[in-house]
Amino acid sequence: MVSAFIGLVWWLIDNTVANLARQNVATGFGFLDNNTGFDINQKLIAYDETSSYLRLLLVGLLNTAIVSVLGILLATVIGFMVGLARLSDNWLVSKLAFIYVEIFRNLPLLIQILFWYVLLIELLPHPKKSFSLWEVFFLNNRGLYLPWFTTLPGGGYLLWVLGLFGAGWFYVAHKARKMRELTGHNKAYARNYILIGVICLGGYLSLWGVPFEADLPALKGFNFRGGLSFTPEFVALLVALSLYTASFIAEIVRAGVLSVSKGQFEAAKALGLPTSVSMNKVIIPQAMRVIIPPLTSQYLNLTKNSSLAAAIAYPELVSVFAGTALNQTGQAVEIIFITMSIYLFLSLLTSFLMNTYNARVALVEK
Amino acid sequence: MQQIIKWSRKNLFATRMNTLLSLVSLWLIYVTIDGVASWAFINASFLGADKASCIANPHGACWPFVTAKLNQFIYGNYPAGEQWRVNIVFALGALGLGLLMTGCISFKKQLAVLMLTAYPVLTFILLSGGLLGLSYVETNQWGGLLVTLVIAVTGIVVSLPLGILLALGRRSELPIIRMMSVVFIEFWRGVPLITVLFMASVMLPLFLPEGMNFDALLRCLIGVSLFASAYMAEVIRGGLQAIPKGQYEAGKSIGLSYWKSMRLIILPQALVISIPGIVNTFIGLFKDTTLVMIVGIFDLLGIISFHFTDPNWTSPQVPITGFVFAGLVFWVFCFAMSYYSKSVERRFSVTGENK
Repeated sequence: MVSAFIGLVWWLIDNTVANLARQNVATGFGFLDNNTGFDINQKLIAYDETSSYLRLLLVGLLNTAIVSVLGILLATVIGFMVGLARLSDNWLVSKLAFIYVEIFRNLPLLIQILFWYVLLIELLPHPKKSFSLWEVFFLNNRGLYLPWFTTLPGGGYLLWVLGLFGAGWFYVAHKARKMRELTGHNKAYARNYILIGVICLGGYLSLWGVPFEADLPALKGFNFRGGLSFTPEFVALLVALSLYTASFIAEIVRAGVLSVSKGQFEAAKALGLPTSVSMNKVIIPQAMRVIIPPLTSQYLNLTKNSSLAAAIAYPELVSVFAGTALNQTGQAVEIIFITMSIYLFLSLLTSFLMNTYNARVALVEK
Repeated sequence: MQQIIKWSRKNLFATRMNTLLSLVSLWLIYVTIDGVASWAFINASFLGADKASCIANPHGACWPFVTAKLNQFIYGNYPAGEQWRVNIVFALGALGLGLLMTGCISFKKQLAVLMLTAYPVLTFILLSGGLLGLSYVETNQWGGLLVTLVIAVTGIVVSLPLGILLALGRRSELPIIRMMSVVFIEFWRGVPLITVLFMASVMLPLFLPEGMNFDALLRCLIGVSLFASAYMAEVIRGGLQAIPKGQYEAGKSIGLSYWKSMRLIILPQALVISIPGIVNTFIGLFKDTTLVMIVGIFDLLGIISFHFTDPNWTSPQVPITGFVFAGLVFWVFCFAMSYYSKSVERRFSVTGENK
């Protein structure tokens, strides 16, 4: 049986090589250095017609990443809200959440993406008649425009420092919790940390001024310029992915909360904790053990599903690399191989992390 | 009346927060119903032979588009004189499924086997023809709901046995078999279906010797089936793991061979436990069939989008109406399946408690 399998693989490889030779398609990964010769409309890093296919791959990957990360955040928020609403005492709220789940879970994601996309394209007004909020947020059929900022000299460094400061917060909070658990005293670590930060920031700003400048979108000619803009493709994809995945997350959250034994609810009540506290401090932490594994696989699904953007030409990995680049170079084997490997790597990494997490949680449970 | 007041005080207006939530929900319901009703009925156009009436009603659905194209949405370009063949296939499928799901019939097992073996063969003969005096219909004339169902049913029929084999392989004691199953399952589960379809449409022809070529629909069928098998395998593995070890040992101790003990003892129990998971995989598979549109197969969604380009029907409302119609059709199928799976789950959980 094994030899039959090896024989089959050999036969397939032999055919492929013969076919490629006949079609005069170059093989190997050399094409990654060639110029792509086309531009794309959403790029997080510098890219133009003269960039290489490798650069294109990176741009596509970043576009996949941004829509996935934002989608995961939104889907988690909506999903938790709907999942908890589903368990609400309020009959109307729980029924509404139920209807939400049943509608979005049973509709193919592709239809949802296409639906939001045509809704944006066909029904939203032209740039000149945009919907606007306080004259700084604009929505029209060319996209969504938000106010943003540009950095003046020194601003970049300040952003880095702020980022590091934010990361340091986690460490301090962790340390404060450890101290409280150890000694029972509340040390004002966190408060002092923030106080020092605010004083330093205030000092910097008063000495050298604000190194940022507001960048508001404004109508120039036929379209908006400036600000932070999102294409309709991005908005449609993000909305569809978040709403669709949220319906699954809601069910996961519901199942997780229901898995916590009833005694825990009653114990929290007996202590006189208000509902919100008993939810946040007693129920949800225990439910998380059940919620996290399937939640992670939903995150992974969302990332894989972002590849459906090919249908509305949002320039993510599959759409620009396995689509456009493949058509241009004809190097199907290499391109499909690279694309699949990236997704495969992500999914194996996730399942590895999940197994580690599961092993840890299982020990704690004992 | 008093009971209604009592009920709503308990369920809707128990606390201040609850009252607020109820009011917000009522407002949400009002806005949604109002929006849907005015789009789908009040402002919609219902009659007309082309886009004229739809352009006249710019804020409502364009239903004439759906009614005018309904035949193509169901059959694609299947020749009009031969569409009775498709109807027979649909009717037989509906009859078989109906009997299986509701039936208190004694030959359920035999019927299930027939549906998984004879029905697909019969369907293939009826649909593609070229035999028994039926004229040959090429697959590029198939389309619409027909193709959607063909892909879904093929995926189901292939993925169930293949998934069982893979699940058994993954639990096998032979390391090579186990490793091959694990690699196969993890590979297909790790990549998005769309890349699989791309692979099927651009790489399969490369793998085959010169002159040998596959039909485009068949390539998608292979891709979808292999993809679904991997998911099916994991669901069935879950079922296999839930069977107590004593059952395996019992099979061994009465001297049954591996295959016999699987067939007679383990699988019947494991499959029954996994029915909800299996149905969920079917739902996922059914929703995923829409992806074949991206590689140029005209399934229901594909053919609806294709007809948006018809110059007789260019109006802003046409694509929205089309997608809503497609959504309704898919939703009905998926909801029916999930409802069925829930009812099965409930039935089993009751017997579980009785034990």
